[in-house]
Amino acid sequence: MSESLTATTVHIRGHNGDDIEAYLARPDGDERRGGVVVIHHMPGYDRGSKEIVRRFAVLGYDAICPNLYWREAPGAAPDDAAATARANGGVPDDRLVGDVAGAAAHLRSLPTSNGKVGSIGYCSGGRQSVLAACHLGLDAAVDCYGAFVTGTPPEEFPLKVTNLVDQLPDLRAPLLGLFGNEDRFPSPEQVNELEQILQANGKTYEFHRYDGAGHAFFANDRPSYNVEAALDGWERIETFYGAHLSA
Amino acid sequence: MCTYATVTAAMTGSAKGPGSNWFRMTDATVYFDHPVHALAEHTLNIDFAAPDRGPGQRVAVELTAASARELVTAIQAALASAPAEMTV
Repeated sequence: MSESLTATTVHIRGHNGDDIEAYLARPDGDERRGGVVVIHHMPGYDRGSKEIVRRFAVLGYDAICPNLYWREAPGAAPDDAAATARANGGVPDDRLVGDVAGAAAHLRSLPTSNGKVGSIGYCSGGRQSVLAACHLGLDAAVDCYGAFVTGTPPEEFPLKVTNLVDQLPDLRAPLLGLFGNEDRFPSPEQVNELEQILQANGKTYEFHRYDGAGHAFFANDRPSYNVEAALDGWERIETFYGAHLSA
Repeated sequence: MCTYATVTAAMTGSAKGPGSNWFRMTDATVYFDHPVHALAEHTLNIDFAAPDRGPGQRVAVELTAASARELVTAIQAALASAPAEMTV
């Protein structure tokens, strides 16, 4: 593992061939390696998301985070872009899948690629990581406390988010799930439901649930940060990707 | 959690925002979700915005739930204190 890396903004082809911005971090050196698509949370393509991208490069992966809000707000500050995207109804599922496909293709086109690409997402991105893995040829997927993979959004939620229950039989990648037992969305019951569906469909998965941790326990700039869960979670991610994304 | 809930309302009024400049806003977006800056896990967030003038044309407020309720009460009290014919 090298601490030396290069991180930069690139443009890639997303859903429908649209040009979108992305943040790419790559370890120095020309050895073959896996790739990771980081799906940012609803607050956007922000500093924390880019720090995660760089961390994956330190761990030895080519990593990329597509700016899911580029179309609505090109060049805007991340918080302004997130506000605009939210006001417009959020990111449609098909567009998300197309953007992750474009990001994965970009990683696989790099001369250092070993052909393997995983996804990871946090919060709303956790659901989107699972969604992408149901539709794309990914080699591993990580869901960090994504709400509404199972469960039913309350009726008063006007944004068009649906659960993924009918799509889970199509899950094509091993899934690592990291959840807080104090979380309400997803609740422990909803995590149980997800596990039951994965078992019933013979999927490969690994879940870790943390007592005393709520939602967003990886977010080290939020009151929700839980150091014990976050440290263990990062170790689980390293091991999981090491098993599924190595050459 | 990400609540995903977003309530929008058309607005007629002005706000002082980016660059300390006043602008005429047209929309308010209201949602209860993670804040960007406030030290709470979830907040009631309001964006007073003029989307036609770009994403940056926005005044953002993030309030704890208790503060948001205080604000609602204060707004209603202020409106109630004015003669009815002035607040139609």
